[in-house]
This record gives sequence, C-alpha cells and structure tokens, in this order.
Amino acid sequence: MEVPILKQGDVLIATFQAALSDADLNHLRGGLVRQVVKHRSRGVIVDVTAMDVMDSFASRTLREIAHMIRLRGAETVIVGIQPEVAFAMVQLGLTLEGVATALDLEEGLAYLIQKFKSVEQRE
Amino acid sequence: MAKRESSPKDLGASTNQGVELTRSEAQSELLRELVAHLRQNRNQLREEWVGRISETRLLTAMTKEEIFAEATSVYDSYVEALETETFEALQAYARNLSERIIPRGVETHEVVGIVLLLRDVLARSLFAKYQTDFKKLNRILDAYEPAANRIANTVAVGFVQERERVIRQQQEAIRELSTPVLQVRERLLILPIIGVIDPQRARQLTEQLLRGIRTNRAKVVVIDITGVAAMDVTVANHLVQTVEASRLLGATVIVTGLSPEIAQTLVTIGVDLGKMNTVGDLQGGIEQAERLLGYKVVTLAEPR
Repeated sequence: MEVPILKQGDVLIATFQAALSDADLNHLRGGLVRQVVKHRSRGVIVDVTAMDVMDSFASRTLREIAHMIRLRGAETVIVGIQPEVAFAMVQLGLTLEGVATALDLEEGLAYLIQKFKSVEQRE
Repeated sequence: MAKRESSPKDLGASTNQGVELTRSEAQSELLRELVAHLRQNRNQLREEWVGRISETRLLTAMTKEEIFAEATSVYDSYVEALETETFEALQAYARNLSERIIPRGVETHEVVGIVLLLRDVLARSLFAKYQTDFKKLNRILDAYEPAANRIANTVAVGFVQERERVIRQQQEAIRELSTPVLQVRERLLILPIIGVIDPQRARQLTEQLLRGIRTNRAKVVVIDITGVAAMDVTVANHLVQTVEASRLLGATVIVTGLSPEIAQTLVTIGVDLGKMNTVGDLQGGIEQAERLLGYKVVTLAEPR
C-alpha cells in the first residue's frame, strides 16, 4: 500500500492509512526525500495515527527519513503516535532520538510554523 | 487415607496388600461410625465447642448468638465433609463465611483457632466414647485425624485466600484513586505522585498520563514526586521511559520534587540528563511550564 504525499503550502504531509510493509516504508522514504526538494518544501509531517504497531524497522525508517530530510534542508515532525504505541516503543528502546514529535496533525503544523518563524527571525 | 496405613503403629497389620485393602474398607466403616456418633451428639458437642470458643476469647468481634449460629453451620459442614470426604462444599462454605466475617475484623489466628478447637472437642468426645477399647480408639483416630486435619487446612486456606482477594481488590481501588492527572492550565497537566510506587502502579501511572496527554492535548506535563520518598531502579527506569513516551506524543515532561535518594538512584542508573527536565519544587515546575507555553503571570494589584 502506497502512502499518499500531499503538498500543503510549504509543508509535505504523508499520512499512513494502515500498517505498512517494510517495502512500503522504503518506498515512502524515497518519495519524501525526492519530493521535499522538488517542491522546495520547508517541512514534512509524517502522520502515523493509523499505526497500532511500531516495530524496530518502522521506527528506524522514520528516524532515517527525518535525518535525510534535514540533510535535504527541511524539518520533519512525526505526529499521531498512539499512547500504547509510544510506551511500547520506549520499552523496546525505540525513542526516535533527534526527531521532533507532536500530538497530531494540527500540533505538527503549529510546530513547523513556529520553527519557520524562528528561522526567519534569525535571518 | 492410604498413606496413614504405613504409620508405625500399623506396621504389624499392613504387611501385605490384601490386609491393606480390607483395612481401607474398614476405615470408611469407622468413618461412618464416627459420623453417626457426631450426629448423635450434635447438640452437646456444639455447645461444648462454643463454650471453648468463648473461654479462649476467640471471635470477640461477634456476639454470642452469632457465634452460636455460625458454629452450628460450621459443625454441620464439618461433619458432612468428614462423611463424604469431599471438600468442595466446605471450601465454598469457608469462602462464604470468610466473606462475611472479614469485614468484622476477624483475624486469621481466630479462624484457625476455632477450627482446631472443634477438632480437639470432637477428638476428646471420641476418647471418652472409646476409652474402654483402646485398639478401636486408635483405629478411629487413624480415620479421623487425616480428615480433620484436611478440613482445618481447607478452612484456613479458604480464609487466607479470601483475605488476599479483599486485599487485592483494595489495592486496585487505591491505585485507581491514586493517579490523578489534572489540568491546571490549557495544555498543562500536573501529575502529583504520592506514596510508594511499585512497578505495577508505575505502569498504570504511565498509561493514565499518556491517555491524559492525548485527551487534554497537553504540551507540558509536570510530574511532582515530592511525596515519593524513594524508588528502586526498575521504577526509576520506568519514570525515564514515561518521559520519553510523553515526548513521542509531543509533550514535554518536567519532573519536580526529587528527593536526594531518588536523585541518587537516577544518577546510579546513569540517566541521560539531556532528556530529563527537572526542577526543584512543584512551584518552580509550574513556572517553567508556563514559560514553555508562553504564559506570563503578572500581578494586577498589590495584595490586600
């Protein structure tokens, strides 16, 4: 199942519709990293609300996505991790270090807009 | 009951299988005789038993009439268990009895005490009945003792199990009550923790907190552990995990009120202080949370 990537202003939004296979995750990573430069996006939101299991591959891929996108010049935020999933993840030691997280899409957007503002102020 | 037959005093009789078999039948016969005897003398023995109970000052939480009523039904179940050699009915009765008397403050030693008293009263009546025929007394006791001991065991275990069930229930109730997740400002939760945290309670705290973050859309959480004197390594690790899980939901956690002992524990397990946001007391924690959320508290007028 492919993950649709939507463009919303300066931000790309990828919403997981269901649990994904490893191949789907790799595909998503490729798609996001390519499109972030193609659309000159400044932020990426990955919405994982629909995921009720997060294994080590998925969480590693999410971290890779975030780090690759930073190298491509944009910010990433992971949104919608379920409470049970979050606790299971930390117990497995999958803490998504160095990756921004937010409660849901709305919070994620607010986070990115805040981030853009602070970058503009610095410039 | 077969086990008893190898006891030293039976050695002479149990040298071959055939004898054992007949003896086993004889034993049920004896048990029947015994039950008949106990039925016959029901009133007298029961009264004697109740007398012994009040003498030894057991069951002081209950009135005399109540003791008598309970004693009657215990006596009957006791004889029935002896007769049928099945203990399920007695077990059920013991549980039911425990349910009724535990709230009245009856202690374990009292329950064990009264059952042992009944055993003794009955044994004495057997002594009295068969005092002329020592051999028969011996055989009757062989049949009686194992059954009586098992009954005592069943009742005591039933009582203790019931107590444990009550304790578990209460623990659960306390746990439910003891994990309040409170919203003090828009997007700011506080979680005051008081008392001892065991791994199970820690787990529940985490679940409630994560759910609270989601439902209240919290950005900042202040966990106040002023009321926690110490925590072991497992729970400390759990606290760190809770902080990380909250971050995955997009909330920042501030931990306040760490006691010196807990600070020691956290240092010992080598917690990454970059992840832990700690402030000395609850007030400081709330102030920092307000700063993070962009609130500014100003005094509008001089306090009167």
